[in-house]
Amino acid sequence: MATRAGRGTAKGLVWTGLLVLLLGAVPAPAADVSNDDCLACHSDKSLTAKRGARTVSLFVDGKKFSASVHSALSCTSCHADLEGKDLPHATPLARVECGTCHSEEQKQHSHSLHGKAIARGDPLAPHCVDCHGNHDIVPVKDKNSAVAPLKVPFVCGRCHREGTPVQMNRNIDQHNILENYSESIHGEAVLKKGLIVAATCVSCHTPHNILPHTDPNSSINRRNIAATCTKCHAQIEQVHRKTIRGELWEKEAHVLPACVDCHQPHKVRNVFYTQGMADLDCMRCHGDPRLKASDGRNLFVRVEEVANSRHAKVACSQCHSEVNASSVRPCETITHPVDCSRCHEEIAQQYQRSKHGQLLAAGDNNAPTCRECHGTHHILGKHDPVSVTFSTNVPTLCGRCHREGQKAALRYTGTQREILPHYNESIHGKGLLKSGLTVTATCTSCHTAHMVLPRSDPQSTVNPKNLPATCGACHHGIQEQFDESVHSATVTKTDKELPVCNDCHTAHSIRRTDEVGFKLEIMDRCGRCHEEIAKTYFDTYHGKVSRLGYTKTAKCYDCHGAHDIQRVTDPRSHLSRANVVATCQKCHAGATRRFAGYLTHATHHDPKKYPFLFWTFWGMTTLLLSTFVLSGLHTLLWLPKALEMRRELRAEEAAQKAEASGSAPRPSNPASEDGNHAH
Amino acid sequence: MPTDLELRTVDTTQPLPAVFERRDVKRPEREFVRFTRSQRALHACMIVSFLTLATTGLTLKFSYTGWAVLLSRLLGGFQTAGYIHRTAALLMFGVFSMHLYSLYRLKKNEYKSWRALLLGPNTMLPTRQDLKQFLATMKWFLGRGPRPQYGRWTYWEKFDYFAVFWGIAVIGATGLTLWFPVFFTRILPGQFLNVATIIHSDEALLATGFIFTVHFFNTHLRPEKFPMDTTVFTGHMPLAELKRDKPLEYEALVASGKLEANLEEPQPEIVVRTIRAFAWIALSIGFSTIVWIIYAMLFAYR
Repeated sequence: MATRAGRGTAKGLVWTGLLVLLLGAVPAPAADVSNDDCLACHSDKSLTAKRGARTVSLFVDGKKFSASVHSALSCTSCHADLEGKDLPHATPLARVECGTCHSEEQKQHSHSLHGKAIARGDPLAPHCVDCHGNHDIVPVKDKNSAVAPLKVPFVCGRCHREGTPVQMNRNIDQHNILENYSESIHGEAVLKKGLIVAATCVSCHTPHNILPHTDPNSSINRRNIAATCTKCHAQIEQVHRKTIRGELWEKEAHVLPACVDCHQPHKVRNVFYTQGMADLDCMRCHGDPRLKASDGRNLFVRVEEVANSRHAKVACSQCHSEVNASSVRPCETITHPVDCSRCHEEIAQQYQRSKHGQLLAAGDNNAPTCRECHGTHHILGKHDPVSVTFSTNVPTLCGRCHREGQKAALRYTGTQREILPHYNESIHGKGLLKSGLTVTATCTSCHTAHMVLPRSDPQSTVNPKNLPATCGACHHGIQEQFDESVHSATVTKTDKELPVCNDCHTAHSIRRTDEVGFKLEIMDRCGRCHEEIAKTYFDTYHGKVSRLGYTKTAKCYDCHGAHDIQRVTDPRSHLSRANVVATCQKCHAGATRRFAGYLTHATHHDPKKYPFLFWTFWGMTTLLLSTFVLSGLHTLLWLPKALEMRRELRAEEAAQKAEASGSAPRPSNPASEDGNHAH
Repeated sequence: MPTDLELRTVDTTQPLPAVFERRDVKRPEREFVRFTRSQRALHACMIVSFLTLATTGLTLKFSYTGWAVLLSRLLGGFQTAGYIHRTAALLMFGVFSMHLYSLYRLKKNEYKSWRALLLGPNTMLPTRQDLKQFLATMKWFLGRGPRPQYGRWTYWEKFDYFAVFWGIAVIGATGLTLWFPVFFTRILPGQFLNVATIIHSDEALLATGFIFTVHFFNTHLRPEKFPMDTTVFTGHMPLAELKRDKPLEYEALVASGKLEANLEEPQPEIVVRTIRAFAWIALSIGFSTIVWIIYAMLFAYR
């Protein structure tokens, strides 16, 4: 700010200094100082003066001055404060008052934005000299004039270009003015076709009476704009289709559309028929429910749909651009589908970066465009409960394609199946759909609405790198813990894959962590990386009980912590020497340090690490094996003898029965008889 | 009920009119009382306790099998299963104490001295005689000799007895440390719990494995007794069987004239049936457990 102000001041000083010295150089005649007297000094190209730290040239080109519109005037006519002064004169000189002669312009200027800015002491405010120059001023009609039609855009543009201090620091609600103008029909006529009658800045804004459009006296005020435009487009009311009984346009400018409502200022070329291309015109045809396109599409538009939508105040032609208002069927010139990016530019950029946008760019039929999700005429905001983009409706919306069997699910080859039912059963889905909690995470909370990218994309919000931050958007406290934990990439530097939220909580079927299912699965989830330690966990009591499907026992996170896991050697760890007893005491009230010596991951398969367990196990196993082998052998040897005995007993029984029945002794089996006797 | 030709000859030589009178009546002859009422009761309690301990405990040992999960659920969850396990353990401790008490009673009432009880002919302690009989049995198995003449307690019965005795001590002691880990780790290092776990579970595996195979075979499933020997439940052993299986005891009883005093009417039919039903249930639980153990050890071991 200070430098800009300084620059403005410096600029002023240069000019004043120049003029001052110009006259100061003139020798001392008391009465009439001729121009030649002034030029005696000021024709010297090396004539300079110090202005602060800067050196400024005080050279005046006599030839140019003689050719200027002011050639007939003497120097002192303008530099009036030198009148009657001795030469060389003192510096600096007073600012030249053009209004002495150009009183009307001066008056306008002092009432204008520029003049008021000068009065405020705004160092950026332009004086006459800033636009018109000084000694070389030629008539406006002269092509060499600084303010000739062809140059006006650049003169104004000097301050009203993008990036200038004025454009950046003064309250100007139009942007890219010069660029837009140069592409507009007016700008093109002036700058490309050399049509000097085409409108330049001053045609609309006036040269000197520049006022803000809010000022009722401004040439670009709504009430006056028609008059301003009709200065050139004099017969527009006769030929313009949008005039309403001719005179109303001017008489009721406050209710009727103004020129700029349709023909945006500075952009006149890209005709932007906003309100002007009246919706009623469109509805003349599209209000007919039977209206069909040549390909059979129904072209009926329900007025109330649009009227209740977010775009209620947007005219048909603002989206369905390319209409030609002068055609009987204005829409016949439309060649492109609606381009939402004209207004929603930032979102459109996100969309193009997204997978959806990429597919569209690749010409994929499946690619969803804006309308697939948002609809067409009945677009409602995401805060409207009946909107398809309202949080409770988002899963269904995305599910249209991402449900199993639908097009997105069919082409998807990743691991996430049955996304919608899983989501609906998840804690997020239940929160959203069962508890009606609209702040719950929906599809778009994690995947974003418009920049949906596959997990593998480093820019994706669900990329492992970005996931903690994505989940942390809601679960901030957890993210803080996680970022400090051994699993965080900021803590552990490894080339191995570190777990992020979804590795433990899953992506779509996230459950409450106090649910049995989650508690039981977590051990297998930890075990995917901590294979050995999980296996040995299942060898101990805690693990065995968990295996049976019960959760009332220590699971990984009960001892190690959930999100704040640290190495057990870390003093912050729940299992550090200082903390381990308290950790055991969570379940085992009265646990001592000795109790904490229980090996929660012990295995009897490791003779080096756990020799006593190893040898106990093998001692017991030897005892078992030898007992079973010996007794088994004993039994096997016994078996044939026992069978023999059984046969004998049966035979005995039979014989006895025969005898007991009292009938004639049956011929009994001699073998059994023998056996009997042998026994 | 087996009737024995030889028994008849015995009957004729020794005047036992009662037996004769009943010879052709529906109920068979009187039977030898091998086990007292309290012994039978203890055995029944032991069965209940042991099967309970085995099934509840093995769910934890073989927790990685689907069967264990199912069983644990059926038992009402691991916590309930744990309560059941510990209740059954208390019953087992009770049985053990009752047995020790009955030994004391036996000494006091019958043998008068520990020496007589422990070193007498009916001792449960292994003797030189047992070693001889074991070797003779081996010969018999191999067809090199006749079947030995066993006494009241055969060597395998003594083995069974001491297996249980030792098992209760070892499993019971380790079980207590696991039951009260906080208390025991005031004295013992925490790692002892890991050791106790291994001993407890492997000794239990030995016990169940042994009982449900070897013991079942030796005493219930031997082909000549198939499908089961109800002696330990009814307490009664047919005299013929006594003569055949325990000839030494039989002879000693005859010699001392105490046989008659040890004969009783058979148990009523309904009692026998009930006993058989109970025994069948116990047997099937035991066999299922064995199948489960074998499955777990062979196909799902980890």
